[in-house]
Amino acid sequence: MSTAIAFLTRRKGGKFWHWTDIVTWVWLIGGLIVMFGPAVWLTFSSFKTPAGLAEFPPSLLPYVTQQVRVEGYEKPLPLFNAKLADGSTRVLAEVRRIGIVSQMVDPKAPGEIIKVRIGDREPVREISFATENYTQPFMQFDFFRYLWNSVFVTVTATLITLIVNSMAAFALSKYEFKGRNAAMLVILATLMVPLSVILVPLYSIISSVGLFNSLWGVILPTVATPTGVFILRQYMLTIPDELIDAARMDKASEWQIYWRIIVPLTAPALAVLAIFSVVWRWNDFLWPLIVLSRRELYTLQVGLSIYSGELNVQWHYILAMTVVTMIPVVLVFIFLQRFITTGIAGSGLK
Amino acid sequence: MAQPKPPSERPAAPQRHDWLSVLLQPVHLVMGLADYPLRYLQKKTGIGGMAAFFLAPNMLIFAIFVLLPLVINLIYSVTGGSALFLDERSFVGADQYRQIFDCTNYLDPMSCQEDAFWTAVGNTFWFVVLQVSLMILVSLITALILNRELIGRSFWRAVFFFPVLLSPVVVGLIWRWILQRQGLLNSMLYPLGFEPYTWLSDRTFAFAAVVGVSIWAHMGFYTLILLAGLQAIPKDLYEAAEMDGTKPARIFWRITLPLLMPNLLVVIVLALIKAVQVFDEVFVLTGGGPGTSTLFLTQYIYETGFVSLPRNAGLAAAASILMGLVLVVLTLLQLGIARKNENKGKR
Repeated sequence: MSTAIAFLTRRKGGKFWHWTDIVTWVWLIGGLIVMFGPAVWLTFSSFKTPAGLAEFPPSLLPYVTQQVRVEGYEKPLPLFNAKLADGSTRVLAEVRRIGIVSQMVDPKAPGEIIKVRIGDREPVREISFATENYTQPFMQFDFFRYLWNSVFVTVTATLITLIVNSMAAFALSKYEFKGRNAAMLVILATLMVPLSVILVPLYSIISSVGLFNSLWGVILPTVATPTGVFILRQYMLTIPDELIDAARMDKASEWQIYWRIIVPLTAPALAVLAIFSVVWRWNDFLWPLIVLSRRELYTLQVGLSIYSGELNVQWHYILAMTVVTMIPVVLVFIFLQRFITTGIAGSGLK
Repeated sequence: MAQPKPPSERPAAPQRHDWLSVLLQPVHLVMGLADYPLRYLQKKTGIGGMAAFFLAPNMLIFAIFVLLPLVINLIYSVTGGSALFLDERSFVGADQYRQIFDCTNYLDPMSCQEDAFWTAVGNTFWFVVLQVSLMILVSLITALILNRELIGRSFWRAVFFFPVLLSPVVVGLIWRWILQRQGLLNSMLYPLGFEPYTWLSDRTFAFAAVVGVSIWAHMGFYTLILLAGLQAIPKDLYEAAEMDGTKPARIFWRITLPLLMPNLLVVIVLALIKAVQVFDEVFVLTGGGPGTSTLFLTQYIYETGFVSLPRNAGLAAAASILMGLVLVVLTLLQLGIARKNENKGKR
């Protein structure tokens, strides 16, 4: 144990703890709690029943009052620890409550009714995960539809992004032609034009080509990402031109050079772009909110925001849907976070 | 901007599994078949034509969905009426802009005809100032701490990065859940003697919450860039300073901060550009309320153009052009800084 502590508290150079070390660890541990805590709290909450959610102060784990079936009573009865008049405590089941008096029975001997003041009883609680929060929305709210729409938009947009961006990056990195710099400049300039600036005209274009209320209307405007072209072009510039010349010598067509040589060699950069694109498209909100106005077309993000904006928020379902919406990005975070962080640190682009 | 890395630093190529190659079989087939017509095209147009062919899809999408909207936006902003299609709209000149700028006192949004727009401008201004300054400060502290000799640095870096990946809708819902009446915040304050409070119905707190939540959601991204900048500072500078017995505070002000300045400037401008457009998290968290206390520019544009009846596309377009001008100025600033950094690197 002492060696473990020595290991954890060791410092380079064998110096004693400096106040900055304490600040460092307070900051890091605090960060751990602040960054993960909210999502963890939400996930635990999503397993609570509506009654459990209404409790205050709330518990971390989802507790419910234990119930038993008692002979002679149709419905299962809640169990309580009741303090009796003689001072002893017994586990009793509540039959009904009248005012401040609760009528209880002993589950083993249900004949006799015992009257207990409600202040003298405490519910017997057990941990129980309300998985119906997850299964019910699938049947009640077209939740499966939203999930499918989100998956469809994300996968399709990412595939098109990869193809379209890599073709453009190939042209911009491996061909000499007039207007190449102008094209590159136009692409970089579009970084300046965020969605919120062109909301109205983009909507009118989408409507006039008949893509309003269509998932393609969500997908198409997003696929030609300037960031993607930029990342891929930078990577392709490092591929030696001799490879291409050799392929041309062997009578390979330009298309074959692109597909057989450039794309496989660009795989690492393509992987980074694919991860980025999946996260972007999965998280997109404002544009789908505008393009999709029919319920059966909503993506998860739009569906979630619409349901959570209703007057009577059904929090137990909303929380479960939020957790499902988080799953893909949490998976990306666990397994692919390294690619994203190196991608950002390397290019400074998000 | 980025420089291509030497091969050893690149992320490793994903391993080629068998199922992957099976999955790719049909793709290869399609791409192989596409070669026949494309070979014909190449024969007709030459290699230059092929370059155009590769560039075309991307540029076409740009033209239709980015450049064309920019032009149409201008047309919208000088036409009036509630029609969506341009041929049904009448020319009104600068009326939309005149309506926006129709104020008796420019410092008081309520004296303007479009009071919602000016409220949104004011809110956005304060949001940008508070959010960017606090977030950069927190990111800088975090980056400095992560740059120390630390056990499990990549783990800690990931910890601060986690919220960046969450969708804005999820971020908004998480915090709405925590700040509601029976939420986590109230239940932590309850034992200390505070009565439960509906935080998001309080104008001041709602604004503070919006600022705090957006810092929470985005600081990891900026921490990452600043950390990369810190790690690029040559170690021997620190060693030399330490040898001379320089105090840590002096090392920070004289070595770390000046050498980090280029990165810091880029990060500040990037954060400014993002902050001006704030929308998604806030829309889910507060919906712009209570009242108009968290109404920001993008939400104003969205509501004017798409939600309020009659829709006023012209006014929304005019407002978005004004916002676009601010963003262009900021982006040019960023490009200028980046260029200056690049030149410095060459010298």
